[in-house]
Amino acid sequence: MHWRNDPTHYGLVSILLHWLMAALIVGLFALGKYMVGLDYSHPWYLVAPDLHRGLGVVLALLWVSRLIWRLANPRPEILGRPWERRLALWVQRVFYVLIPALALSGYLITTAQGQPLWVFGWGRIPATLYGIAHQEDIAGRVHEWLADGLIALAGLHALAALKHHFIDHDSSLRRMLRPGQPPPRSDS
Amino acid sequence: MMLTKILPAFVLFAALAVAQASEYYVIDTKGMHAFVTFKVKHLGFSWMEGRFDRFSGDFTYDQENPANNRVRVEIDMASIDTNHAERDKHLRSERFFDVQRFPKATFLSHTWKDLGGGRARLEGHLTMRGITRPVALDVHEVGAGKDPWGGFRRGFAGTTVLHLSDYKMKEAFVLGPAAEDIRIWVSIEGVRQ
Repeated sequence: MHWRNDPTHYGLVSILLHWLMAALIVGLFALGKYMVGLDYSHPWYLVAPDLHRGLGVVLALLWVSRLIWRLANPRPEILGRPWERRLALWVQRVFYVLIPALALSGYLITTAQGQPLWVFGWGRIPATLYGIAHQEDIAGRVHEWLADGLIALAGLHALAALKHHFIDHDSSLRRMLRPGQPPPRSDS
Repeated sequence: MMLTKILPAFVLFAALAVAQASEYYVIDTKGMHAFVTFKVKHLGFSWMEGRFDRFSGDFTYDQENPANNRVRVEIDMASIDTNHAERDKHLRSERFFDVQRFPKATFLSHTWKDLGGGRARLEGHLTMRGITRPVALDVHEVGAGKDPWGGFRRGFAGTTVLHLSDYKMKEAFVLGPAAEDIRIWVSIEGVRQ
């Protein structure tokens, strides 16, 4: 099994991290939009934010693992025209910045008055930076903007992957679905 | 001609006479010896308490003629504090206090009915979320006298009950009927000027 990346292909660890985080990002975005509109008496009113916070922490931990894994592995060469490669690399970099920024701004909402952030029932992260005037309002607005930005970027990223697969007929998408050597394509 | 010269002087004299009889106090919000608190029932199970951290105000006090007493308080609504960041965020939002549109609440008294024994009924108008309602507080004097730093202070505490539905908050209804009565307790200490 190909655990590690090589200069042309993604290993299993990178692929799992990619799709797990993709699912979490889309899920957290949907859950976040859903929960802020919930009625006070809705059965999910308490559970949805708890779930959002817990999954957010999981995403942040995955981000740390992914950063370490990326630095410890070769990065498969990006396919496409030079400007596409440059753009793709920058989109990746912005993803790497947006995710911790989202985690941080979310953490600053919950802990704005010194209360800890509970991660499911497992444990809690203490407040460190709190008591700033209107902290929960400012952090809340930033969190929403960053989330909207991240989802827009993820959409662009997904469209680009589909474009590479269906129009350019390269292995950009296939190599993120299957580790190691992709089977040769017959139709190209 | 004569009248236009005399009248302002007369008004000034009258104002001075009133000013001498009544003492003017500024609420000590610098040293924070004043509190504006509220409590409301959570689903009818318990009390949820909060306060406004930033406000300012003043009052006049007339020992001989307490009917002249006036109180004025202005509250910064964004300073609501219920010791829970996410709840405060909701309360400040357009769902409840909408502090962007209505940053201030003001209370202006018009009547002080002295009930004797340091007790009084203070009537006035409270404007909150742009809605003005008559409000009456049961007030009692806590104490007055020289402070250790060369000033003179006088303090009152007051209570009243507000009705949530009066202020037309968009989502007040979700709090249920148990939240209709909002109990207010304020304590103000004035420093004589």
